[in-house]
Amino acid sequence: MGLTLDFLALSPYVGELARGLVTTVVLTVVTTLSGLMLAIVVAYLRVHAATWVRRILGGYVELTRNTPFIVQLFFIFFGLPALGIKIDAITAAFLAMTLNLAAYTAEILRAGIEATGRGQLEAARTLGMSKFQSYRHVVLVPAFARIYPALTSQCIIVMLGSAVVSQISVFDLTYAANFIQSRNFRSFEAYLLVTLVYLLLAVGMRQLFLLVGRRLFAFRQGGQA
Amino acid sequence: MIEFTLWDIVRNLLLAARWTIVLSLIAFVGGASLGLLFTVLRLSGNRLLKVMIGVYVDVFQGTPLLMQLFLAYFGAAALGFNVSAWAAASVALTLFTSAFLCDIWRGCLEAVPRGQWHASRVLGMDYLQTMRHVILPQALRLSVPPTVGFSVQVVKGTALASVIGFVELTKAGTMLNNATFAPFTIFALVALIYFALCYPLSRYSRYLERRLYDAGMR
Amino acid sequence: MTLVCVKDLHKSFGDLEVLKGVDLDVAPGEVVAIIGRSGSGKSTLLRCLNQLEQHDGGNIEIAGQRLDAEAMAPSELSRNVGMVFQSFNLFPHKTVGENVMLAPVVVRGVNKQEASRVAREVLDKVGMLEKFDAYPAQLSGGQQQRVAIARALAMKPKVLLCDEVTSALDPELVGEVLLVLEALAEEGMTLILVTHEMKFAHDVADRVVFMHHGRIHEQGDPKTLFNHPRTPELRQFISAVR
Ligand SMILES: Nc1ncnc2c1ncn2[C@@H]1O[C@H](COP(=O)(O)OP(=O)(O)OP(=O)(O)O)[C@@H](O)[C@H]1O
Ligand SMILES: [Mg+2]
Repeated sequence: MGLTLDFLALSPYVGELARGLVTTVVLTVVTTLSGLMLAIVVAYLRVHAATWVRRILGGYVELTRNTPFIVQLFFIFFGLPALGIKIDAITAAFLAMTLNLAAYTAEILRAGIEATGRGQLEAARTLGMSKFQSYRHVVLVPAFARIYPALTSQCIIVMLGSAVVSQISVFDLTYAANFIQSRNFRSFEAYLLVTLVYLLLAVGMRQLFLLVGRRLFAFRQGGQA
Repeated sequence: MIEFTLWDIVRNLLLAARWTIVLSLIAFVGGASLGLLFTVLRLSGNRLLKVMIGVYVDVFQGTPLLMQLFLAYFGAAALGFNVSAWAAASVALTLFTSAFLCDIWRGCLEAVPRGQWHASRVLGMDYLQTMRHVILPQALRLSVPPTVGFSVQVVKGTALASVIGFVELTKAGTMLNNATFAPFTIFALVALIYFALCYPLSRYSRYLERRLYDAGMR
Repeated sequence: MTLVCVKDLHKSFGDLEVLKGVDLDVAPGEVVAIIGRSGSGKSTLLRCLNQLEQHDGGNIEIAGQRLDAEAMAPSELSRNVGMVFQSFNLFPHKTVGENVMLAPVVVRGVNKQEASRVAREVLDKVGMLEKFDAYPAQLSGGQQQRVAIARALAMKPKVLLCDEVTSALDPELVGEVLLVLEALAEEGMTLILVTHEMKFAHDVADRVVFMHHGRIHEQGDPKTLFNHPRTPELRQFISAVR
C-alpha cells in the first residue's frame, strides 16, 4: 500500500486551522441562536397569522426542506447580488444557515406545539392571557422540552452542513483543509484531521445541549428550581 | 460568447438532473443494501460487531458529508488509486446512506414494544421465531415512512458531489452560471428541479406516516 | 342584585343541542352547586360562562357586562371570571409561585414584588405556601389542585367556576380540596361548581341546581332539594348517586 501519513506536514498551518475552527464555531453559535429565534416566530405565525402569511411561510419551509443547502447558499450568494442586493460571503453563509435551520426547526417545533394539551391553553385563556402571551409563557417551553432531542440533532446537522460555506470562500474549517492541501498536497492528512475536528465538535455539541437541556428543562424530572 | 436562451439553460439543467437521479439511486440502493447488512450484523448478538457498527454510524452521522466525499476522493488517491469523481461520490454517498438507514432501522426495531418480546417468550417462541414472526413485520411497517423520508436527504446529498467535480445538477448550475452570468435564474431553476424531485418524496413519506399513525391509533 | 345573569341560554355542537334554554341568576357571595347526569350539559354551561364555548342564543351578563357572540378579550373577562379545571392544568415548566404570579404579571402588568406578595397570600390561604418553589411534577394531585385554585384567586375574580375539581383525585385527596372550597365559600366568594360530591353540595352550597337534558330541571336550597325532590328525574338521580 502506498499510504503514508504525515501529519507533521500540517504543523505549519496551525494558524489557518485555528482560524477555520473559530469561524465554524462562531457561525454555528450565531446561526443556532438566530435560527431558533426565527423558528419561534415562524412557528407562531404558521398557526396564528392570516392565511396568506401562513401560505408564504409554508412555502418557505417546504422549499428549504426540499432543496440542498448548497443550492440555497449559491442562490443567496450569487443570486441576490444579481437583484442588486450586495452581500459578502460570511453574511451569505450566516443568512443561508439561519434560514435553513429556522425552516427545519419551525417544522419540528410545530409538532411540539401541537402536542400542547387543550387544558393548558384553556387555563391560560381563563387567566386572561392573549394568544401571544399564552404561546410565549405557556406553550413554548414545554414544546421545546418535547422536541429537544430532535432539535439537538438538527443543530448538529447545520453545523456539519456548514462545511459547504467553504465553497463561497468563507474561511471555515473545510476551507482551511482546502487551503492546506493546495499548498502542501497532503490532502488526505488535512481532510482526515479536519474531519476529526468536526467529529469532536459534533460530540461536544451533543454534550453541551444535554447539559443545557438538563438545566433548562429541570421541571420535567421534578428537579429543584 | 455563446448566447444561452432560457430554454438552453433549462434543457442543460434537466439533462444534468439525470445524473442526480442516477447517483441518488446508486446511493440509495447501495446504502440500503449495506445498511441492511449492518442491521442484521448488529442483531447477530456479537458485541464487538455491535460496537463497531455503532462507531461507524456515529462517525458518518458526526462528520460532514462534504468531508466524506473529500476523503473518498483524495483518500483513494493517497492510496494510489486514481478514482473518478463518479466512483468517489458513489462510494461516499453509499456509506453515508447506509449509516443513516442503519440507525433509522435500529430505531424502528426498538420502537416495537418490549411487551411483544415478553408475549412471544410466554408463547414459547425462540429469538429467531420472535424476530421473524413478531418483531420484523412490525418494525418493517414502522420503517417505511422514515426510509422514504431519508431518500430526500440522499437526493439533496448528491448535490455535494458537485464539489469534487461530478457534473450533476448543482455542478451544471455553477457551470452555466459561469457561462451566462444569470445566477438568479439559474439557481432558482436548480432549486426548483431539486424541489420537484424531493417534494413528492417528502409528501409521500408524510402520507405514509399519517396512515401508519391512523392505523395504530384508531 | 345579581352577579351572574343567564337568560335562555342555547348551545349546540353541530346537530347536538346541549343547552336548550338555561336561566340562572347568581347573587354575589352565593355558592351554587350544579349536579346532573353525565352529558346533561353542566360543563358546557360553565364553559359558556367564561367563553371557552361561544353560546348560540340567549344572554349572559356577568357583573353588568354582557358576553356577546363576539368574544370578549380574555384579559377583560378574567377580571370577572376565574376557573378551576378537573385536570388542574398547572403549567409544568413553572414553579408553584410562578404559576400563581404569571397571569397577574403578564396580563395585569402587576410588578413582581406585588405579584409575589399576592401569590404568597393566596397560597397561604390554600395551605400551599411552603411549596412556593416546587414544580407541579413534585406535587400530589390534591396539592396541584389547591395551587390551581390559588392561581385563579390571584386574579381576584368576582366569581369562581369549578368543574368537577375533585374528580381526578384519589379518594383520600378529595377532602383537602373540598376544605379549601368550603373556606372560600365562608369568606363570601361567589362559587359556581359542578360536582359529584353530594355531601359537599348539601353542606356547603346555598343552592343546588339539577340539570337534565340541557335544562335546569329543578333547583332550590340543598336540604329541600335532596330530601324532597319534586321530579322523578331528580329522585332517580339522587338514588343513583347515593
Ligand atoms: N366540543 C364538543 N364538541 C361536540 N360535542 C360536545 C363538545 N363538548 C361537549 N359535547 C357534548 O355535549 C354534551 C354535554 O357535554 P357536557 O360536557 O356539558 O356534559 P356534562 O354534564 O359536563 O357531563 P359530565 O358529567 O360527563 O362531565 C355531551 O353529549 C358531549 O358529548
Ligand atoms: Mg363535565
